Amino acid sequence: MWIYEKKLQYPVRVSTCNPKLAKYLIEQYGGADGELAAALRYLNQRYTIPDKVIGLLTDIGTEELAHLEMIATMVYKLTKDATPEQLKEAGLDAHYVDHDRALFYHNAAGVPFTATYIQAKGDPITDLYEDIAAEEKARATYQWIINMSDDPDLNDGLRFLREREIIHAQRFREAVEILKEERDRKKFF
Amino acid sequence: MFTTRKQYEPYISPFDPCPPIRVKTYVTAPNQYVGFQPPNLPQFPLHEALKKGTLWKIFYDPYYGPYEMKRKGDQQ
Repeated sequence: MWIYEKKLQYPVRVSTCNPKLAKYLIEQYGGADGELAAALRYLNQRYTIPDKVIGLLTDIGTEELAHLEMIATMVYKLTKDATPEQLKEAGLDAHYVDHDRALFYHNAAGVPFTATYIQAKGDPITDLYEDIAAEEKARATYQWIINMSDDPDLNDGLRFLREREIIHAQRFREAVEILKEERDRKKFF
Repeated sequence: MFTTRKQYEPYISPFDPCPPIRVKTYVTAPNQYVGFQPPNLPQFPLHEALKKGTLWKIFYDPYYGPYEMKRKGDQQ
């Protein structure tokens, strides 16, 4: 069960009307290394992972949903008042024809989301290494979006999300260390 | 000095069609160096931590794009 808090994890500000940025951001919405893929991956893998790291997958999977909500807010703000003409200029004409200004789970190139983006192999080390790779890929994607954007307010939010990817990758690495740990070995902190 | 920004110089052919980018860069984030996080590491004050996205100073590694104006208070 979840409890919903009706606020964003980090405030989303957008300073310029630039629907083109929405086209890039949608990669983190419905792309292979996006927040939706991340949330679904972790919240599904957690059933068949050793008890010690289930909570980590639950926590991070939940946080990814909060990130998804931030990305959605960014995309919505960038497109809600754009005219069809502006959307056309931004390369979103095909999106407009199918969806108006609604959000949809596809990547920056318009390819719809698919469950084949994620895996659950059932082998704990294998799954955690996929999760580490997913976080690093998302970190890199945020860098490429920041490289394409001149909006300092938007980039501020993206920087926060990128920092969270670094932390998540760190925690997944620690989960691997926990699973590698030899039983009954005494550890002192 | 240590940095999480690494550089390399790729081979440049005399017959390349575009003006060459002589130095390529990539990021090696702090999580590559820590292993299992040791206890008692320095922390940011709580309100700052909420803004930065991490409580832990060693993991803070912000990324800025080439086209954005740096604002007052931005680090690095």
